[in-house]
Amino acid sequence: MTELASRVAPPRPALSDRLKFYGTWVATALILLLLPQIFTSGGSMTTFSLVGISIIFALSYNILLGQTGMLSFGHAVYYGLGGFLAIHAINLLGGNKWAIPLPLVPLIGGMAGLFFAALIGWVMTQRSGTAFAMISLGLAELVASSALILRTFFGGEAGISANRTKLFKVFGLSFGPQIQIYYLVAAWTLIAIIAMYALTRTPLGRMCNAVRDNPERVQFVGYDPHVVRYLAFCFSGFFAGIAGALAAINFEIANSAYLGAVQSGTVLFAAYIGGIGFFIGPIVGAIFVTILSLGLSDLTQVWQLYFGLFFIAVVLFAPGGITGLLMMHRPLIRAGMLSRMLPSYLVAALPTLALVTGLMLMIETIVHYTVNPHEDPNRVAFGIPFNAASPLTWAISAVLIVVGFVLCRMAWARVGQTWDETLTAARAKVHAL
Amino acid sequence: MLELIVTSTLNGVLFGMLLFLMASGLTVIFSMLGVLNFAHASFYMLGAFFGFQISRWFGFWPALIFAPLLAGAIGAAVERFGLRRVHRNGHVAELLFTFGLAFAIEEIVSIIWGKVPVDFRPPELLDFPAFTIFSTNYPAYKMFMLAVSIVIFVGLLLVLKRTRIGLIVQAALTHPHMVGHLGHNVERIFMLVFGVGTALAAVAGVIAGPSLVTQSNMAAMLGPILFVVVVVGGLGSLPGAFIASLLIGLVQTFAVSVNGSLASVFGPLGPDLAQSWLSDIWNVTIAQIAPIMPYLLLVLILIFRPMGLLGTRET
Repeated sequence: MTELASRVAPPRPALSDRLKFYGTWVATALILLLLPQIFTSGGSMTTFSLVGISIIFALSYNILLGQTGMLSFGHAVYYGLGGFLAIHAINLLGGNKWAIPLPLVPLIGGMAGLFFAALIGWVMTQRSGTAFAMISLGLAELVASSALILRTFFGGEAGISANRTKLFKVFGLSFGPQIQIYYLVAAWTLIAIIAMYALTRTPLGRMCNAVRDNPERVQFVGYDPHVVRYLAFCFSGFFAGIAGALAAINFEIANSAYLGAVQSGTVLFAAYIGGIGFFIGPIVGAIFVTILSLGLSDLTQVWQLYFGLFFIAVVLFAPGGITGLLMMHRPLIRAGMLSRMLPSYLVAALPTLALVTGLMLMIETIVHYTVNPHEDPNRVAFGIPFNAASPLTWAISAVLIVVGFVLCRMAWARVGQTWDETLTAARAKVHAL
Repeated sequence: MLELIVTSTLNGVLFGMLLFLMASGLTVIFSMLGVLNFAHASFYMLGAFFGFQISRWFGFWPALIFAPLLAGAIGAAVERFGLRRVHRNGHVAELLFTFGLAFAIEEIVSIIWGKVPVDFRPPELLDFPAFTIFSTNYPAYKMFMLAVSIVIFVGLLLVLKRTRIGLIVQAALTHPHMVGHLGHNVERIFMLVFGVGTALAAVAGVIAGPSLVTQSNMAAMLGPILFVVVVVGGLGSLPGAFIASLLIGLVQTFAVSVNGSLASVFGPLGPDLAQSWLSDIWNVTIAQIAPIMPYLLLVLILIFRPMGLLGTRET
């Protein structure tokens, strides 16, 4: 009897669990508050702001892909429209001296995203899967190309700019310095993360997961999967609009690139690389991808190629993303058996490193010959100096690739074997307890 | 007026047939593997660039044969070592894999051949005007493009409908296990179909390369239109893709040649919109919105006939 009751209503969480839950949020808020004290340079303020915006955008994307199972290739539409509406709102508010301060402008962007998602979404969400993906792509192209035609509203190629400091001031904040923008973005990021987390806990959030896993069964239970998808789509558009508005505030400009395929692709990369199966996945992905794209461009000319190859590798070998890989190890940690895996990981790391280094050497050498063949062949990529013209470089790269590949196959097969054994042992141990 | 109709029809049919060459490969792959190959237009681009490179070394005619073979071999390898691996993770993972692939191919092409258009010219043999209509010279190369497209279209239909290979391929679409039990290697059939599909896209690339522009963003420009074709025609329907290709080809070429706008039609009746932002919609010409015509068509089709023109299923 007690067993049955516990299935109907989950028990109230224990005090320690609740403390842990609220403690996590308080800790996150504290970290956001203290970050500018640790990294004080202007560059890091900009980076943090971009990371925050990208976290909101990636989480809003995951409402579609991870939680409801809709693969969208056009999520930048709601981001971009939110950004444009925010810029127009700033100009309007500043021009007319209305008493609406800048911190509320992201809400206007969110409303814009919600409005367009509600407008377009009903037709789009009738279907899921491949058809939805293609339709989202077509609509994104439609909106992005329209942006170049409707010049008065979208400002053509130059875009529309605004001055964020001209708005009604609260607490004497002008929002001119980047640090104030950082705190604005950080506050909105925290609010959006909490709101989106709360959304996953509501019945709607649960129904979204059900629609993702088995739409037919949802229909039998008495819900319309189309309506559930539509609601999820609207929420997703709302949060994407907030992210777009924050980006517009940060750069004080909105242009057609906000709506484009690159923006849609980047958020897809971020959410998937981070891991779409967990709430924290897109956050990890957004941080990773933003910092990587800012940092890699200093290390090599062709960072976008590495970026694409990395994404393919994640799809091929780690469909759960970075978070999925880490979470796989939870049962081992619980059983205290993680140390059993470490030796085989270390053994596998060496040939993998060799293979990756070999591939990088090869790519960089090819880049030297195709992009700038007349320059100095002594190149530096990822901090490693090498001579692209020397046959030795080619030989080393070939050996690293071939030997690394062969050893990799053997080492990773061993890792898989050890993994199976350890996991079985860990499960047995937990059950025995 | 007659001149405009004749030339636009010719150009429209030409563009439509090129679209169909690509859409046919995409449709066959979709109906077999259940995944829309996002990188299909990238293989079209690879075909164009391989064609350019081979024609530089050996001339145009070897390029027309070897560039598609090369691209098809790459396609088969992609299926064998990539798609087959992600297949067990579901369709979303497959679509994402081809999305990443399209991204990577574009980067690689722009690294090797640069971002500016390359000088890919039609062969001298075909560099003469075939005929003249209303004082416009029609290059023989365009007629050659049309001929190749039609030959491949007819050939594809015959192979699929009339040969033993076509029978097995069609059976493998619907009943892969049964075909497997009959002793055919279904995995190899899938790989070959993927290779042939991408090779078809590459043929389109080689013959379109000299006529259109060969540059590293040509896949990104054509890719979305290709998916419009497939969705409008009805997912998985080859005849539907044919009709949709011609429709989109004609709509786009006719739109380019029409210079009218709302203002020019209703000008005397219309209110003065010069100051409001609606003036954009009022004054934009049909020629200007030609690039977004396919997407408008997509939206209309979705509202009025969600399964596409000749599609039979909703998803």
